[in-house]
Amino acid sequence: MTTITKKSENPIAHLTPEDIEAIGQRLDEIRQEIIDSRGESDAAYIRRMIKTQRYLELGSRAVLLGSVFPPAFVAGTVGLSVAKILENMEIGHNVMHGQWDWMRDPKIHSTTWEWDNATPSDAWKHSHNQVHHAHTNIVGKDNDLGYGIMRVDEEQRWHPFHLGQPMWNFINACLFEYGIAAYDLELGRHLSMPKDKRPESFKANAKATLAKIRKQATKDYVVHPLLSLPTGSFVPTLAANAIANLARNLWSHSVIMCGHFPEGVETFEKASIPANETRGEWYVRQMLGSANISGSKAMHIMTGNLSHQIEHHLFPDLPSNRYAEVAPKVQELFEKYDLNYCMRPLVPQVYSAWHKVFRLSLPNGWLATTNAKNLPQQLVALYKISTADKRKRRTMLKLLERKARQEYVPAA
Amino acid sequence: MTLPPGSGTVGVVSSTSLSTPFLVRSSQGGLRRRLRAVAEAAVTPLTLDDVLDNFHPLRSGTDLRGRIVSVEPETADAATIVIKPGRDWVGHEPGQYLQVGVDVDGVRLWRCYSLTHGPRPDGNISITVKAIPDGVVSNHLVHRARPGQMVHLQQAAGDFVLPQPIPRQLLLVTAGSGITPVIGMLRNLFSKAQRPDIDITLVHVNQAEPHSIFKDELRAHAAAGHLRLLEHFDDRDGLLDLARLEALVPDIGTRAAYACGPSGLLDALEQWYDERGLSLNTERFRPTLLTDAGEGGTVAFVDGTVVEADGATPILDAAEAAGVLMPSGCRMGICMGCVLPMKEGAVRDLRNGEITVAVPGETAPGGVKIQTCITAAAGDCHLDH
Repeated sequence: MTTITKKSENPIAHLTPEDIEAIGQRLDEIRQEIIDSRGESDAAYIRRMIKTQRYLELGSRAVLLGSVFPPAFVAGTVGLSVAKILENMEIGHNVMHGQWDWMRDPKIHSTTWEWDNATPSDAWKHSHNQVHHAHTNIVGKDNDLGYGIMRVDEEQRWHPFHLGQPMWNFINACLFEYGIAAYDLELGRHLSMPKDKRPESFKANAKATLAKIRKQATKDYVVHPLLSLPTGSFVPTLAANAIANLARNLWSHSVIMCGHFPEGVETFEKASIPANETRGEWYVRQMLGSANISGSKAMHIMTGNLSHQIEHHLFPDLPSNRYAEVAPKVQELFEKYDLNYCMRPLVPQVYSAWHKVFRLSLPNGWLATTNAKNLPQQLVALYKISTADKRKRRTMLKLLERKARQEYVPAA
Repeated sequence: MTLPPGSGTVGVVSSTSLSTPFLVRSSQGGLRRRLRAVAEAAVTPLTLDDVLDNFHPLRSGTDLRGRIVSVEPETADAATIVIKPGRDWVGHEPGQYLQVGVDVDGVRLWRCYSLTHGPRPDGNISITVKAIPDGVVSNHLVHRARPGQMVHLQQAAGDFVLPQPIPRQLLLVTAGSGITPVIGMLRNLFSKAQRPDIDITLVHVNQAEPHSIFKDELRAHAAAGHLRLLEHFDDRDGLLDLARLEALVPDIGTRAAYACGPSGLLDALEQWYDERGLSLNTERFRPTLLTDAGEGGTVAFVDGTVVEADGATPILDAAEAAGVLMPSGCRMGICMGCVLPMKEGAVRDLRNGEITVAVPGETAPGGVKIQTCITAAAGDCHLDH
């Protein structure tokens, strides 16, 4: 992937400014249709969802009190995993987006909601709602692109460090909620500062995050196992909580990777975004910077309707249960203006995202110039590039790119 | 962790009982506190109350709610709604009102209604609601509320109550649903085992006889000699002429007077009483039909700062330009980082022109939360910030 303005065939070059404003107007209309029709059944949906999730979690935790019996362990662990996923994705993420603020229910409101996640809701709302949603896929501005630890774009200079990025990505997936907490704190940036130069806000936020993590861990790994002690279920309950948290981390990481990483999603150059980006231009950036997952209703709910990532990015504050209804209208608009509506089933979409992580862990052009026959030479070349000093490495990277362009069809 | 009032606290202990009972009670309290702490730790980030609300929303120590017990039609467009209030309901004096929060079409809306009973033996409370044209909440309560549904409540408030001792001679003037606080007073007086010896005149004004709420009950009291009832129907008698009031109630000057009804009537009555140097107690219902929202206005903050804001500038920009420190975020209406509660006023969503209004007593007690980055003032607003 290359930022849109540097591509040989810019996929939005055919849009006139009038087209872009017309797209904006149509999307505003679609948004308004939902706002005008949202009401009692939507409110009933989220209340039912919250109630179901709470009963499921309580029920699963109750079953786990006897988790020394294998059937209880399996049922409780599955139930708790599903409950934790629903809590974070279909409920927490969407409530904190303000999707349900219109109900004026102080208990289901973006300003009061706290979720079952290591990062406190306030920290998450800032980095996610404000930074990521406003600056979606602008390289250098949207830290969700690679979370600052990965190379997600050809234009980012390759470094031998990136060879490990499939590994970093997998570790991040396993510990995703802590990764998000660290990311919301901008931990890397702040820890690299001298201690006395770190801003007060960082210290306060770090304290709040640690307090949140302590509470979360106490619940899952101390209180619940201790309550299971009478049946001799301390260890299995602890394991069940760990498995449920791991399952949620892997699942949410996969879903979120599908949102912006798959092949076919566009990124944008910071310099190409006008200072006064119009609403139409912003909409077009959201349209091309996101990817959907096709699948069943159950799959949509389990992803928190982030399977409708395109619609979510266009209308982050519309109730999630309505994205499915909006999607065909949005897709029609994509077709009308000859734009790429990036949608695949879950497995191909996850594969596509991982493929990109692997591809970009290698220098540009390496994969394209490698085949079964020349693999040994290519590996030697990769070793040389990785161990060369900075100047030599740059030269070698340039040569590799040139070779790829001359001899092979450019990578997608 | 917040403890509900009364939970886990040691009761008042007299100095003579400082031995065993005290220890038992205190260790019970301590145990209860500890159990609660464990339960809170087990359900974080929810509170124990969030969990218990699913099972017992009317218990003590949680937000005050009520369950609708019955909806009884009074007239074609009025109904009495009997509500079982949560345990923390502290009671009321007849004549007082309470705020009721109802989810109408998914949106929580608050209105004030007078309590139409004295304290009842069954502990329930009742309000009588008249559906007014375009009244979102009143129509919902009269026509769509069903037994079993939950409503949100605030404690009773208001000083439209009879003093103690009760004056020997009373004049009550009511118009339309203005009868509701007065029927509460009357039911309370007449339900006492020994009916107080009070000379009551009730002037009850309605547009037409079928609209008159409680007319059978009032007529029965009049027939039994409990009160003198002067029914006035606009369609039959013309508009009430205050010049005739003295003829209708010759001893008007000696009666303690209480009036409830629309502003027009109350203004005229107050003037009438003022001119004669007499005193009058009134209860005003806010006009529910709001005037059209304007373009621009002022935005007032808790510290007294008042900012001029035109109808095209987001409140956030206007306030910042005037030096107010505001929470902010994406500045395009998506991140909810700028949301502040509006206690009173009207704002317009600059994206689609939608108007959001906050009226004290009619919208949520804490105000209506608005996104300051995409709303402009549509009248004078008070922000809780």
